[in-house]
Amino acid sequence: MKFTLSWLRAHLETEAPLADILATLNTIGLEVEGVEDRGAALASFRIAHVVEAEQHPNADRLRALKVDAGDGKLLSVVCGAPNARAGMKGVVALPGAFIPGTGITLKKGEIRGVASEAMMLSAREMGLGDDHSGIVDLPEDAPLGGSYVRWAGMDDPIIEISVTPNRGDALSVHGVARDLAAAGLGRLKPLVPARVAAAYPAPLRWEIADPRACQWVLGRGIRGLRNGPSPKWLQDWLVAIGQRPINALVDVTNLFTYGLGRPLHVFDVAKVRGGTLTLRMAREGEELAALNGKSYALTAEDGVIADEAGPESLGGIIGGAHSGCDEGTTECFIECAVFDPVRIALSGRRHDIRTDARARFERGIDQALPPAALDLATALMIELCGGEASEVAPAGAEPGWRRSASLRFERLAGLGGAEVAPDEAVGILERLGFTIEARDAERLTVAVPSWRNDIAGAGGLDQAPGLAPERARAAAEGCAAVEPEADLVEEVLRIRGLDRIPPVSLPVAGIVPPPALSPKQARAVLARRVLAARGMLDCVGFGFLEAKVAALFGETPAALRLENPIAADLDQMRPTPVASLLQAAARNAARGYPDAALAELGAAYRDPSPEGQLQVAAGVRTGHTPRHWAEATRAVDAMDAKGDALAVLAALGVPMAAVSVTTDAPGFYHPGRSGVLRQGPKTVLATFGEVHPRVAAALDLTGPAVAFEVFLDAVPEPKRRKKGAPDLPAFQPVRRDFAFLVDAGVSAEAVLRAARGADKALIAEVVLFDRYAGEKLPEGKVSLAIQAVLQPREATLTDAGIEAAAAKIVAAVGKATGAVLRG
Amino acid sequence: MSDDLDALRGETASALAAAADLRAWDAVRVGTLGKSGRLTGLLKGLGGVPAEDRRERGAALNRLKAELEAAIEARRTALEAAALEARLASERMDVSLPPRAHAPGGAELGGIHPISRTIEELTAIFGAMGFRVAEGPDIESDWLNFSALNIPDHHPARQDHDTFYLPAGADGRRPVLRTHTSPVQARTMLGQEPPIRVIVPGRTWRADHDATHSPMFHQVEGLVIDRGITLGHLKGCLIDFLRAFFGIGDLPVRFRASYFPFTEPSMEVDIGWNRKTGELGKGGDWLEILGSGMVHPRVLANCGIDAREWQGFAFGMGIERITMLKHGMPDLRPFYESDLRWLRHYAADPLSPPSLTEGV
Repeated sequence: MKFTLSWLRAHLETEAPLADILATLNTIGLEVEGVEDRGAALASFRIAHVVEAEQHPNADRLRALKVDAGDGKLLSVVCGAPNARAGMKGVVALPGAFIPGTGITLKKGEIRGVASEAMMLSAREMGLGDDHSGIVDLPEDAPLGGSYVRWAGMDDPIIEISVTPNRGDALSVHGVARDLAAAGLGRLKPLVPARVAAAYPAPLRWEIADPRACQWVLGRGIRGLRNGPSPKWLQDWLVAIGQRPINALVDVTNLFTYGLGRPLHVFDVAKVRGGTLTLRMAREGEELAALNGKSYALTAEDGVIADEAGPESLGGIIGGAHSGCDEGTTECFIECAVFDPVRIALSGRRHDIRTDARARFERGIDQALPPAALDLATALMIELCGGEASEVAPAGAEPGWRRSASLRFERLAGLGGAEVAPDEAVGILERLGFTIEARDAERLTVAVPSWRNDIAGAGGLDQAPGLAPERARAAAEGCAAVEPEADLVEEVLRIRGLDRIPPVSLPVAGIVPPPALSPKQARAVLARRVLAARGMLDCVGFGFLEAKVAALFGETPAALRLENPIAADLDQMRPTPVASLLQAAARNAARGYPDAALAELGAAYRDPSPEGQLQVAAGVRTGHTPRHWAEATRAVDAMDAKGDALAVLAALGVPMAAVSVTTDAPGFYHPGRSGVLRQGPKTVLATFGEVHPRVAAALDLTGPAVAFEVFLDAVPEPKRRKKGAPDLPAFQPVRRDFAFLVDAGVSAEAVLRAARGADKALIAEVVLFDRYAGEKLPEGKVSLAIQAVLQPREATLTDAGIEAAAAKIVAAVGKATGAVLRG
Repeated sequence: MSDDLDALRGETASALAAAADLRAWDAVRVGTLGKSGRLTGLLKGLGGVPAEDRRERGAALNRLKAELEAAIEARRTALEAAALEARLASERMDVSLPPRAHAPGGAELGGIHPISRTIEELTAIFGAMGFRVAEGPDIESDWLNFSALNIPDHHPARQDHDTFYLPAGADGRRPVLRTHTSPVQARTMLGQEPPIRVIVPGRTWRADHDATHSPMFHQVEGLVIDRGITLGHLKGCLIDFLRAFFGIGDLPVRFRASYFPFTEPSMEVDIGWNRKTGELGKGGDWLEILGSGMVHPRVLANCGIDAREWQGFAFGMGIERITMLKHGMPDLRPFYESDLRWLRHYAADPLSPPSLTEGV
């Protein structure tokens, strides 16, 4: 919402400087978006008279002027402008003035032996455009010594505020002035009612055929008028706020829209077909050719104003091109109506029409203003265009807007935290237009003004489905009881200034707070930290990507495809964060960084339900390990990804002994080099593996790439038990190595598990320390070398005992896997 | 069609079927479509055909050419797929093997994303004030995202949200990507009895993409519901947080009246800074940083809370915004690009998580 300072002063009697007005607007919730004070930089420039202009004695291209800046004293000015001549009026800058166009502060000087005590300005030097062909040449009647800015009408700063959606009343200069007056910045100038004599019966009549289309409408004709350009003051205001002056009748309607927040429409009576304007819902198939040059296909949900031939306007949103007023109009009919805000909002959104009328009607206008506004508009139109007014044609009835709201003064502190004297609160509300219905020491009851549709409004609850009926009723009653009061508290505190409320630190229940994170949340934070500590960079990717890419990684159900994606490559909720990470790795590789280790803690989407949005700790590694003198570099492999996944699970308290591996990983992995980590047969904790070559190729990843995902929701909450006593046997352990020859298809895990199970009491640990496959072995066989740690508890192990244990291990591994001890 | 064309078709088909690898396949391709291939030869010979037959034979040759090209390409795809399958089958490894004891890199190479870091800092500071962290899903019902929060269907604020929609479910309502973390307010109030003191850091989404807007970004929501909570507490809580987060004990904080559908009274909060240098705490300019207010009675009622007994405040702020301000980061877009040069520059040390004892 834009207005100029002089427009504001037409509604607000105030001596406050601009800076105070701006600061107050910010404080009271009418946030200042910008101020354009075109004249501020030019404020010191005066209108001057060039008394003499002679050739400079020492320079062909310069002139020596004698200039009167208004005080009768003649200043010597050296000037290079070709148009400088005796008798002309121009704009002068005196020493000390800053010249915007050149960025120089003017000083007295001497140019080739002639004193120069001031400067005559070109338009460019004033920063007013590119014209530098000569100094500004003002008309004869420009006042000598006067302010150039004032004479040029540039001393009227333009203020732009952002008005919040609840404040329809502040979409008007009058409403802004009222708020400022309430905040102590002056006095609101009341609207002076106009008296208009009715010279003839109304030329058109209204018919409200459907109350949904309109609640109340007034109309009045003016005949014998001459429509032409509106006066300069009105054009200046409209131009300043970015509106194009059209003609006097239309400009007056705009003056009312911005000045009073009261949109009006004028019909050209000669163009209306039939004598009746009907307010009804549109019929399917009807169209409106609107004032903005566009055509709209109307629906049965749109309220229209129609004549015999069809819709003439989309009521409250935009007028029709056909029956608008132009320079040829001699009789007009003013429409002043009240429309349902919800219907206007929905219609406007349906057709995507953003007009100033819609903005005001959908936020709610002053519901009692139409009679006075119609009188004022009629009077002004007659003043500007001549003619005589008809009787008023009414239809419908003034909406029932009257309501009361009560405030317990105690609530200003109880809700607002501010100690406000009752008289101060009452004063603020009165200045805002509330009228007192009752007041005692504790409580105040006021009537809400007709323009404050946001205060003590009706209904609006949309309670949670499934709320217990009793709880729902109590909550609804509670709302009804306190909401109007909260509205009033807000008004008082807003106008008084929220900065005046003393801040109070939140009281805490105890000095030591409880943990902020639940165990599950803490696990997620820990997972991220574990991965970063393993050299991975924590990333944040968009949760959506191109459906075609998503399809490489899993299901892409239509239920997870955006209806209104912002770009074609961001339309599908991702099946796994691995997709985003591999895309990121490919981008890094393209920039010359093929060795990446990236992780993300984010969602994988299975379906739109809350349960279908899984929390996943995912990571990818691409390229090679870092080069180092002590360690050979190598390509990353599936074991790196498995190591990452297991490190996360271990940190989250998953007992490693309970984790098993299966080879049914999702299709975006290499089928022979990937696995699923499970706890028990059902729970999938993680997946890992090399990225499928087809997927890598589709993402332009040329080097090695591995990935993993850990499903944090699947990780069971670790049991919080006290640890038992540590196992500290008195006897030394004995370590024995075994090399088994097994079929290549036998998993190492099967060997390790069988060895561990061979004698659970004695075998404390089994590790794999070598795996060999090669020419020295029979085709299809591998050698797995393990070390078993035998931990005696009763007595030192004898050779016989060791042999017996070794035999058990060989037998158990042989039985489980068909392995034989290598000779 | 002429016999010679039929013969070529038949012979090429059997040659393709017989080609067991890409080399053999290429020989068939060159022998048919290559410079001296059979089909190429027939096309070259078209000039010698009597004029009255030329048109018909030319059309037949072109049809055959398209047919053979398709057959050859299909065979290539099949052979490549078979080769890949064979390669994958031969590349089987024992994934039950224990992984290496150490990762390829250590903490010196890794790092925590600045957004994650800020969330950890927020958690530490608000945690000290007795808040716990609440969460909710990214895909929400429109009731939770809008209606519960006093933003009915026709409300002008709904349009300001640039909402992403998903296809309507069985109930006919379209789920949304949550436009703010505020739906978790409703989830929390429905899920527990007051008193409530939660923050909700998380991902949010709006259909807006330019230098200063990302279609996905992060917010942190705060909600306090208790007896006797006033606007004074809201101010105190936010001032305490902002000064701790930015590490400036006398950071100027300004409160301006505003409007949000889910709070009343509502206010926007500015902090003092220098617009020219970006330095916080000095300079006399103001920078809007968050929105807040007392929870609207309708929101309480929608979530089953009796506003006569309970009241409180809520606030929301952009996590990227406060992160950029704290660290002087000029550009929003790199947050989501996962450029490892940027990440290495801005990432936080995973071994020094924020703590109130070591400092946030």
